[in-house]
Amino acid sequence: MIGRSLGLFGGLFVLILLVGWVLGAPFTSSRLVEAAAYALIALGLNIQWGYGGLFNFGIMGFLMLGGFAVTFISFPHDPAFWASDGPALLGRALLAFAAGALLVIGAQQSHRLGLRGAAKTVAVVLAWFVAYCVYRSQIDPAAAYIEATGNGFVGGLGLHPVLGWVFGGILAAGVAYVIGKICLGLRTDYLAIATIGISEIIRALIKNMDWLTRGTLTVSPIPWPVPLPQQYQAGGTDGQMSLLLARGGFLLLAVAVLGIALWLISRAYAGPWGRMMRAIRDNHIAAASMGKNVTGRQLEIFIFGSVLMGIGGAMLVSFVQIFDPSSYQPINHTFIIWVMVIVGGAGNNWGAVFGAVLIWILWVVSEPLARAVFDLVSYWSSSAGWGAIPDIESRSAQMRVFVLGLVITIALRFAPKGLIPETVRRDA
Amino acid sequence: MTELIFFINQVVIAGAVLGCIYALGAIGITLIFGILRFAHFAHSELMTSGAFIAFLLAAGFSAWGIVTPIPTGFVVLPIAMLLGALLALGIDKGFYAPLRKRGAKPVTLLIASIGVTLMVQGLIRLFFGAGSYSFFETEAKEVFRFDMSAIGSTRPLVFTEPQALMILVTAVSVIALHFFLTRSRLGKAMRAMADNADLAQVSGINTALVVRVTWVIAGALACMAGTMLALDVTLKPDLAFNIILPIFAAAIVGGLGQAYGAIAGGLLIGFAETLAVFNWTMVLRPLNAILPDWLQLPATLALVPTEYKLTVAFVILVVTLLVRPTGIFKGASS
Repeated sequence: MIGRSLGLFGGLFVLILLVGWVLGAPFTSSRLVEAAAYALIALGLNIQWGYGGLFNFGIMGFLMLGGFAVTFISFPHDPAFWASDGPALLGRALLAFAAGALLVIGAQQSHRLGLRGAAKTVAVVLAWFVAYCVYRSQIDPAAAYIEATGNGFVGGLGLHPVLGWVFGGILAAGVAYVIGKICLGLRTDYLAIATIGISEIIRALIKNMDWLTRGTLTVSPIPWPVPLPQQYQAGGTDGQMSLLLARGGFLLLAVAVLGIALWLISRAYAGPWGRMMRAIRDNHIAAASMGKNVTGRQLEIFIFGSVLMGIGGAMLVSFVQIFDPSSYQPINHTFIIWVMVIVGGAGNNWGAVFGAVLIWILWVVSEPLARAVFDLVSYWSSSAGWGAIPDIESRSAQMRVFVLGLVITIALRFAPKGLIPETVRRDA
Repeated sequence: MTELIFFINQVVIAGAVLGCIYALGAIGITLIFGILRFAHFAHSELMTSGAFIAFLLAAGFSAWGIVTPIPTGFVVLPIAMLLGALLALGIDKGFYAPLRKRGAKPVTLLIASIGVTLMVQGLIRLFFGAGSYSFFETEAKEVFRFDMSAIGSTRPLVFTEPQALMILVTAVSVIALHFFLTRSRLGKAMRAMADNADLAQVSGINTALVVRVTWVIAGALACMAGTMLALDVTLKPDLAFNIILPIFAAAIVGGLGQAYGAIAGGLLIGFAETLAVFNWTMVLRPLNAILPDWLQLPATLALVPTEYKLTVAFVILVVTLLVRPTGIFKGASS
């Protein structure tokens, strides 16, 4: 087993070298940083799905939360906004929100006042409606005001990006707690659909709350936690070298975060906690009858996984320096992570890391590869007199999605446990 | 009365059209779930490829110079549905049947269906690019306007020919499906298998045939829904990918496994989306005359802004899962 894993990782290393040789070192170094962030996200899914058997299809939502968090924390402070009426208006909206929340909680507790059955349902629905109207009445003018003045959004806090990554994890944890409370009682396919639905709600909110996130206008440039290539260039390093140095620095930081996460969750997996998790995954009824708190543990693991996703999403946004809510798509940000974990091997952390790097490399090289193939076929067909293939550029970009689908269907058919499967240790 | 006609134009017609499309998609999803016990994500791609098949056929018709009194999209629909059903059967044979034979869990089938989604999506984009197409490039989209001044409205009642045909075709196919499920031997076998697959098998029902029939019905209805959606708006490669979640919401709200629930859920979600973004000021404007000055209606008074239209379906979905996970018609429990 170890030999096979080493062989696969060796093959991956050769593949990376090959990609670096053909497509150039600057391109490959960028992709490697992204691959490290994706590996962190895949680890997050691996604990949710591989350890806990939870079907999270809302990864895109957590990545967006992480991206928003790092934007908000690390984007430069905007004094003009803080001097305007904006904060006061937002404060009133927050008060309205709190008042609405109190109203809803009050309605939910109305059985203490003797309201029962249909009367209570009506009270709860009415409370939700009134709370929503009160909140909208305050937030709408605040949003309109902020969007009309200054930069059109609240700006950032100007803190260190690594703090933003931490905040991304915290924000994801908070949202995961709420989602987990709502959805974790559901059966697998319902959970999948519910989480997709919630991630779409998160996307709609982040995309359209222009006052907070600047929406489709995008925020950039977001600062790096390590020196930028421009700073190396100012120090006298030449173009390509400065790119490599800066990205190398980022890669080191990303790999360090990945290493810490990997170490922590491997320790947890090997301990009693991990055994309990596998017991719950394999037979939650038996685990519950042994006195394990199944819902509580599942909520725990859902939150842990989401934290890693939030941090990974924040790292990605930090690296590309732009937060563009409309660039988030379920294919690129949810399904690809699933392919990574399934191909790599659900339940095995090294498998998840391997799958993440492999699939990300495949995803980025399938476009140039498809273009080369199309060019070849086009050359051949035009010399045979059948005419060339039109629009090779846009067509080859679409091949990535096809390759992704092909890889997952082949993996499910021929290696359903993944390339580096989970090792079940049996103590004699 | 102008306000009433405006309401009908904006909400009743639009909601019914959207609801019909959701319902047709949701029936397929709910039938597949009932028989095969997995959430079939690739349904969106069955819809989109069905629409592209119909588009190619319609283009062929106009190239051969065949002129039809109703939009060509509807004329080619039976042929397209047949091809869509074959496509669904082929996908099942190629991707899901081997996994089922191995005894894979429903979750694996769900992931496989996502793989199929990605592959078909990639292929469609490979051949048709990312642009959008219209069924009405060579023929005009006929718009019916009914003068409503007789009942005191300044606005006419407006709907397009495809919209009218769409509602008609949906009604006919739903009634046909109803008779199939309740009267025919095969339909009864399908319902029996949805109730209890093992019991159906031991009582001599040909389960393999039932599975095939399920795919034929689901594929044909998905093709119909996709074509109608493309006739109403425009045809593009992510046509149905974007609405697969509202369709799932419709199937769950109606109760997974319940064909009638899917219809009810589809119409419910369609109308809810339309009503949620509807600007009530347009209808309530006459009230401004009797309301005091401080209570005049604002220019827009919609429950949610238009950008959040699709979100309405997800909110309904989450609330359903919380409050009544079996859906309106008591489908499979969560």
